[in-house]
Amino acid sequence: MSAPAIEIEKLSKEYPYGFLNLKKRTSLEDLTMQVEAGEVFGFLGPNGAGKSTTIKLLMRLIFPTSGTAQILGKSIDDVSMHEEIGYLPEQPYFYDYLTAAEVLDYFARFHGLTASDRKARVEKMLKKVGLETAKKIQLRKYSKGMLQRVGLAQAILHDPQVVVLDEPMSGLDPLGRREVRDIILELKRDGRTVLFSTHVLSDAEMLCDRVGVLVAGRLRGVGAPGDLLGMKTQGMEILFEIGEEGKKLPLVERATRTGERYRVQLEEAELYRALDDLKAAGARILSVTQIKPTLEEFFMDLVEADRAQANAVEVSGK
Amino acid sequence: MKNVWAVAANTFREAVRDRVLYNLVVFALLMMGAAILVGQISIGIEDTVIVSLGLTAISVIGLFIAVFIGVGLVSKEMDKRTLYALLAKPVQRWEFLLGKFVGLVMTLAVNTAAMAVGLYGALWIVKHELERSDAYIAMAVYLILLKLALVVALAMLFSCFTTPFLAILFTVGMYIAGLFAEELRTIQAVDLNATTMKMLRTISYLLPNFENFNVMAAVAHGRGLPGALVGQATLYALIYCAIVLLGATLVFARRNLK
Repeated sequence: MSAPAIEIEKLSKEYPYGFLNLKKRTSLEDLTMQVEAGEVFGFLGPNGAGKSTTIKLLMRLIFPTSGTAQILGKSIDDVSMHEEIGYLPEQPYFYDYLTAAEVLDYFARFHGLTASDRKARVEKMLKKVGLETAKKIQLRKYSKGMLQRVGLAQAILHDPQVVVLDEPMSGLDPLGRREVRDIILELKRDGRTVLFSTHVLSDAEMLCDRVGVLVAGRLRGVGAPGDLLGMKTQGMEILFEIGEEGKKLPLVERATRTGERYRVQLEEAELYRALDDLKAAGARILSVTQIKPTLEEFFMDLVEADRAQANAVEVSGK
Repeated sequence: MKNVWAVAANTFREAVRDRVLYNLVVFALLMMGAAILVGQISIGIEDTVIVSLGLTAISVIGLFIAVFIGVGLVSKEMDKRTLYALLAKPVQRWEFLLGKFVGLVMTLAVNTAAMAVGLYGALWIVKHELERSDAYIAMAVYLILLKLALVVALAMLFSCFTTPFLAILFTVGMYIAGLFAEELRTIQAVDLNATTMKMLRTISYLLPNFENFNVMAAVAHGRGLPGALVGQATLYALIYCAIVLLGATLVFARRNLK
């Protein structure tokens, strides 16, 4: 088995505040996790959960209070590690007096590429992120979504082994989101490791091999989206159409009607009997699906649990 | 060094595309115009007045650029977060700082050189000739540039650990104090005890001695500049800049970005 692409060991970050900086606010607490080579790993959590803090620590933009981390076997303190890493900051902002082509060329210089290589790569990246026609416009005239595309282009410009993206879908329209999703999937196909943070759960469900859920600076769970939520179904849902004669069925009375279609949720044990009843009443079954908790529900449960715990501490404190 | 050069070239490009810089050049040209006017009403000492005014203008404009852009070199990158993507590349923080410093000094060199050309032009208009001794004006401009490089280094150091406003105050304060370093060193006051005198003398050696670079009066009066003085000032500026930039690097190396 190959070594993990990212290894994080008891990483913590505290920020001092208040008079003489005597108080401490914990932004990340004892984070230990691994991202395997070649996988797409999603960091989930609400705002302020510690996702960006973790990413900034990995990128040495901020320094840990304690703990260590390695990327591709090298300590995050080793600057040479950045040869093989691409990073998209959250809400990226670049030198607005440069054009997209100039800013990409500037960043490419730090990877020791020759002038002809830089030119070819810059053209390729601009095409990939859909900025070919805007490449000669200064970035000060770019929209937020266009800047996000420039950010993505500079992150993958040098064909890195590990790509770290902080909220890559932020500020993008549906088309832009789809393009970013395609780029992430392409990176995965090419064997690259992708770590990205998001609070858009459907993106994580769609793209990630595994996800990690951070709440209030603590890792609350890591696993495949399915494993994390548990494969246990919460019930079944039947979507059907039925004629006038069948509408007296008790099952139909408890169903939700949308136009000509009915949707009913029931226990798994009731399924086959319900299907027989509907069939007998001349219903047309359109679909039968399992009801599983979504990442969103899982995520909200954790937040609620934390709030309940905090309230309990507060009450007992009184 | 390729990383340092890449950052420096980009800093220079930023300054060139920055309209404030162009305005300062226009301002410099206006100053030269004023110098010509003053020269015409100063019978017999036109060239002295023009050289004094010209060198003063080059120094003051250069100081404005060095302080205000110098402080913004690091703080603006942190505020706008343009630094994030850059520091995630294989770039050391000291390379970024040194590149920024070199880039602004390059900008100042071009700017002061352009103003020096303007000054020579004004001198030509008044005298209709240039003498051999006028070459010392270029040396005076070079010494001004050394002074400005030192101011940039100080501005960068302060902006690494405090707000831009305070960094400007500290840099200007340091510049003013540095103008009086010589006086502080030779101060003879009867009511000061030996310990205070020793402390003042120590402080005077720690402060950047900006008088080392001030040769305006001599050059304006057509007096020559010994090569040793220029060499000494160059060495002093190099060593002082290196120490200040080292300090800035040490502070910036462990600075948490927002």
